[in-house]
Amino acid sequence: MSNTKIVSPKKDMIFMAILSAVVLTMPLWLQPFGAAYPDLMQKFMIFGIFAIGYNILFGLTGYLSFGHAAFLGVGSYTAVWSFKLLSMNVIPALIFGTVLSGLFALAIGFVSLRRSGIYFSILTLAFAQMSYNLAYSVLTPITNGETGLQLEQADPRVLDRMSGIVADGSLPTPNLFGIEGIGYSGFYICAALMLISFFIYLRIFRSPFGLKLRAIKSNQNRMGYTGFSTRPYLMTAFVISGMYAGLAGSLLAVTDPLAGAERMQWTASGEVVLITILGGVGTLIGPLLGAGIIKYFENIFSAFNDTVLLNAFSFLPDWLAHPVASLVGLFVGEGWHLTLGLVFMLIVIFLPGGIMEGISRLSRLVTNRGKSDSHENKEKEQTSAGEV
Amino acid sequence: MSETKLIGNVSRRTILKGSAATTGAALIGGTFPMHFIKNAHAQTFRGDPGSAASVKLGFNVPQTGPYADEGADELRAYQLAVKHINGEGDGGMLNTMKPLELKGNGILGKKVEFVTGDTQTKSDAARASAKRMIEKDNVAMVTGGSSSGVAIAVQGLCQEMGVIFMAGLTHSNDTTGKDKKRYGFRHFFNAYMSGQAIAPVLLDEYGNERRAYHLTADYTWGWTQEESIKAATENIGWETVNTVRTPVGAGDFSQYITPVLNSGADVLILNHYGKDMVNSLTQAVQFGLRDKQVNGKNFEIVVPLYSRLMAQGAGEAAKGILGTTNWHWSLTDAGSQAFVKSFGQEYGFPPSQAAHTCYVQTLLYANACEMAGTFAPWEVIKQLEGFEFDGAGNGPTLYRAEDHQCFKDVLVVRGKENPQSNFDLLEVVKNVPRAQVEYPADMFGGELGPYQV
Repeated sequence: MSNTKIVSPKKDMIFMAILSAVVLTMPLWLQPFGAAYPDLMQKFMIFGIFAIGYNILFGLTGYLSFGHAAFLGVGSYTAVWSFKLLSMNVIPALIFGTVLSGLFALAIGFVSLRRSGIYFSILTLAFAQMSYNLAYSVLTPITNGETGLQLEQADPRVLDRMSGIVADGSLPTPNLFGIEGIGYSGFYICAALMLISFFIYLRIFRSPFGLKLRAIKSNQNRMGYTGFSTRPYLMTAFVISGMYAGLAGSLLAVTDPLAGAERMQWTASGEVVLITILGGVGTLIGPLLGAGIIKYFENIFSAFNDTVLLNAFSFLPDWLAHPVASLVGLFVGEGWHLTLGLVFMLIVIFLPGGIMEGISRLSRLVTNRGKSDSHENKEKEQTSAGEV
Repeated sequence: MSETKLIGNVSRRTILKGSAATTGAALIGGTFPMHFIKNAHAQTFRGDPGSAASVKLGFNVPQTGPYADEGADELRAYQLAVKHINGEGDGGMLNTMKPLELKGNGILGKKVEFVTGDTQTKSDAARASAKRMIEKDNVAMVTGGSSSGVAIAVQGLCQEMGVIFMAGLTHSNDTTGKDKKRYGFRHFFNAYMSGQAIAPVLLDEYGNERRAYHLTADYTWGWTQEESIKAATENIGWETVNTVRTPVGAGDFSQYITPVLNSGADVLILNHYGKDMVNSLTQAVQFGLRDKQVNGKNFEIVVPLYSRLMAQGAGEAAKGILGTTNWHWSLTDAGSQAFVKSFGQEYGFPPSQAAHTCYVQTLLYANACEMAGTFAPWEVIKQLEGFEFDGAGNGPTLYRAEDHQCFKDVLVVRGKENPQSNFDLLEVVKNVPRAQVEYPADMFGGELGPYQV
């Protein structure tokens, strides 16, 4: 496979630097898109982490897990409990959230990874749905059911009390030694963690371990015949991606200290599959793009209402503005799912490799003008789809 | 093997380089939008329209999910309220509410604009949507919610962010009880009031020897309603056979209704709302519960929190069913009539109780700003606390300062046997006076928190 080509580490470093610059300047360049507000940018980062973690499993090994939201939920609940019992500092919350999700993934993976293909998907889906129902009703004392687990004034916060931090008056906010988890500072916390996670993810992609995961995807039987036991590798990939999901879940709690059971629902698991496919399965940066696009749609398109549309079309004559606005209205506001569905269909039909395939096709168009050697270019396209 | 070696060579130096680049970028990145950070200046507040010619309000309602019908009606009411505050239309309750300082020129001379969001009846989505309104659109107030779980979640967020939340349809005792917040206000009545209002009527209609079976929506509202109704009915001598929790948005309730038949109960109490209630009530009637005789009495169904929208959805099944509502469009006082008239002119049908409470909440907020002479939330809160008004459809009403709960008359209603129209589905059995549903402010515990956050 073309994916196996070794990329020079220097190139990777340049790539990391560019990515960091792009991510950290988001508050500036997202301004024209109306997306430069902390909550949405935090979501970009968090779901970016969730998606790259998912890509380690789905993109590299080809194992389609349909229950990753369970790990997201475990991460969130753990983080909120850490805020309640230990400290409002985000560090214990992140560590416990990630570790517990990892353990949870170990347990689910132990059973689910005995099967592959559709059976694996159904098993993970079943586990996630079980976790959702547990969180929703059976485990109400731990999860507070549908209302969601929330912070309270009277929470013990043992470590905070020991170090003399007392919350009087308003509820304390999660913080990193005083840097608040909400607003722009919260975004930078998420961004920093996303970049660290991405670096680890990049190293996994380039490592022999990543190569073995890819080998599992291309032919698991052949892998077996050459003397490799695939299960440990699959297990590791599954746990790592569960930990990524747990980290994302705890970050959700850091930016907004509330954990609800709907985070574990199958729709949430479906969303990360959608994100990864939309961006490009198995590509490095694709899941990040997918996360950005889906969250943008969810938050911006869903907020357009009739008044906004009428304003937008006010340049049209009155008799035309209303029908146009009501037609467009079908696709925005409460109908944003429709738009997302259409975009998803178009991408799957015309760009099966996701947005990354679109980008590499475009870059091929540009580079093609100078050169005539089509064979070389074709190879180039494949590698770039695989690598960046 | 050569690959491993390569990776081995890479790691340390490149990681150092990479992290240096990252920190550098973080430093550059960290210098901008500092002015947005909370409490950067003591007297600034979120949602301050400043010198802008308009002020924005955030309408956060369920547009999808089991409470979507209520959400759609709430949104209509909000739009109508904005029109009236801006001096468009016939003014609606602006002409009947007293005292009222709104002049029909917006709030404090600023035109009112609004943004909308979909709560999806999920706490997560609702908070994300409210955050967008606060952080991106700079709204001065957030209102809405058609579920107590969502209302409590958003209210908590608004307290943290320092933006006033005017709760829409939320009936849980917790909203202004255990989970009350300084920045949260509720005009709607609550489960405790429902219980106090309906119990005497139940005693008159069904006697004092009844065995009740509860089906309860499994979240804060259902829990507190079950608790309040259970307490109120046990007070009149009823026995509670069983209480069963059902998931929100279950759709099919048959597995919960079948056991009722053999439980020995002769009253089914449905602590459900919205589409859930429509489904559970319809299915209960289809299962023939109402044609049954148990313990020598007719089997009865009670829906403690009732609304016209639900009666509409349940159709035939709703006939003769007792329940309570906050308000009904057939009331004949001047305030209700003015509101029903302008709502009818705008949309062609009468408003629901959800629409009514949201409309009144918007006017109350606008009026409080006008009285305070500023949008600064702590000043506006002080105006709302202890505010007494009349002419909003429920008689003389008090916004109690201690828990931000409105106290007013409660209606006990019954599904009409022979409705005159599609909307004439409920008849008012009793207008329960405010004094009968009042309770001490500290009954449910909770703490309001500070004025300035």
